[in-house]
Amino acid sequence: MSEPVALAPSPAPTDRVTRFDPQIAHRRVTPRLRPWRWTVSAIVLVVLIQFIVGVFTNTRYEWNKFWPYFTRESILDGVVVTLQVVGLSAVLGLVLGVVVALGRLSTNPLVNGLAWAYVWFFRALPLPLLLIITFNFSYFYPRLGVGIPWGPVFADVQTSSLTPLAIGVIALSLNEAAYAAEVIRGGILSVEAGQIEAANALGLSKARQLRRIVLPQALRSIVPAYGNQLVGLIKASSLVYYVSLLDLFGAVYVLESRHPESIVPILIVGAAWYLVLTAVLSVVQFYVERFYARGNARALPPTPAQRLRRFTVSSYVRLTRRGF
Amino acid sequence: MTATLDTAAALEIRNVHKSFGTREVLKGVDLTVDPGDVVAILGPSGSGKSTLLRTINHLERPDLGYVAVHGDLIGVEVRGSHLHELSQRAVRRQRTRIGFVAQSFNLFPNLTARDNVAEPLIAHRRLDKTAAYERSVELLARVGLADRGDAYPRQLSGGQQQRVAIARALALEPTLLLFDEPTSALDPELVGEVLSVIRQLAATGTTLVIVTHEIGFAREVAGTVVFIDEGVIVEQGPPSQVLGAPKQSRTREFLSKVL
Repeated sequence: MSEPVALAPSPAPTDRVTRFDPQIAHRRVTPRLRPWRWTVSAIVLVVLIQFIVGVFTNTRYEWNKFWPYFTRESILDGVVVTLQVVGLSAVLGLVLGVVVALGRLSTNPLVNGLAWAYVWFFRALPLPLLLIITFNFSYFYPRLGVGIPWGPVFADVQTSSLTPLAIGVIALSLNEAAYAAEVIRGGILSVEAGQIEAANALGLSKARQLRRIVLPQALRSIVPAYGNQLVGLIKASSLVYYVSLLDLFGAVYVLESRHPESIVPILIVGAAWYLVLTAVLSVVQFYVERFYARGNARALPPTPAQRLRRFTVSSYVRLTRRGF
Repeated sequence: MTATLDTAAALEIRNVHKSFGTREVLKGVDLTVDPGDVVAILGPSGSGKSTLLRTINHLERPDLGYVAVHGDLIGVEVRGSHLHELSQRAVRRQRTRIGFVAQSFNLFPNLTARDNVAEPLIAHRRLDKTAAYERSVELLARVGLADRGDAYPRQLSGGQQQRVAIARALALEPTLLLFDEPTSALDPELVGEVLSVIRQLAATGTTLVIVTHEIGFAREVAGTVVFIDEGVIVEQGPPSQVLGAPKQSRTREFLSKVL
């Protein structure tokens, strides 16, 4: 046996006696007040209020013109176009992204290599360039058809008949799919190997494994990253202006050049609409994430309303017990 | 010269070899298990016992040799003078006759206990959803968890999770159940509840093959103890012989370390 490690000597007992009500052990301990938290909150609140008041009282913002422009027909038309482009590209990009991600996870070297090349190609091209190339697609390939390779063609379309909306959606989807594929691949890789082994041991088909076991678990990490992607897509959609499609950004741009006296309120209107679109997306994302958190946390994460209620109740308890 | 499969055996393993890269993990394993027998496979870590278990339901493909369950080759078929691997679909169908319980439970965390047990029943269209749920609750009752059907795996203790995994492995009424160190991931006080479920299964006459480190449990429940080391079976026989009076020095050495 080695020598025991020397500890600091115990202090000598004191004669000090603490006197208190014997019932004290049965009463709830009052939590500390955290004065710095309240101080910091007060400072932040003052700065925030000052900023908001400043924004609304500063006449250069010309708030009186905000609402008419915010609800102006050309702007609303632009919002609709942006929603169409984003919605279609998000869905098509996701579908194609799943296919490419599965290709990247394939053990077939040809499929794997092709999927890799897809991601490499479409992530490398700047979006404006990709849009312009897609816009001029009919120059390279005037007709696209389905048939026997080097043989007869059964059905074909004239590529020059593609609308600007179709061109914008195609270019954005191709680009989106490359990023989505990597996000999805990452999510699938994050699912434990034991899960697939268990599914195999139970004789579940590959399709069922993907649908019931792998994707629901992968989506937990896919959703936050894909939400990020979609916010990027909303902003990237402003580039469809390059293919003469009047989306929200295009509408703002055109309106601005026609009303140079109202540049500031028109810019604010554009910013406000993008903020609204992103806010809606974030709310949807929160609830989708909450859905896929099932089985992963002991309790589901609280909604903002639940969180606000908890904060109010706990603050009230702290303050009242102190006798404020 | 022709050979035949032993149709009287619940499990027949012949000359199974398996390498991972240049490392040979199984070097020719032969084993016959009678129906209703409980086989405990013991051996030091890295001896190949888990790999052997995984070749039984073709989670690993043997390089050489074959596995047969109740006289049916698993994962392969005879074509001329060679064995050829079956399609994934055919292997999946065969696996429904073999239950597998893993060390780390591998319950599906996104599904409740009830859905975990019902999943194979619904996937193989044995039952519709309502009937599958009913059956699932019966199976959970068998492992003492009738009231925890709505719980997600993460809300259950390790012992409870492993019991749900056993119920799930029983769902397709397998004729052979494989356990890969079923208690190794559990806290000591939770081992007992899982062992008692396995003990009940042994008493019902299901054929069990259990890779385990619980020597006491093997002595009590197993009909046959198999000691495996460096990819070969060193010694096998009833527990009184292999554990009580081992003939091989390697077995004696191993037992002296773990007992």
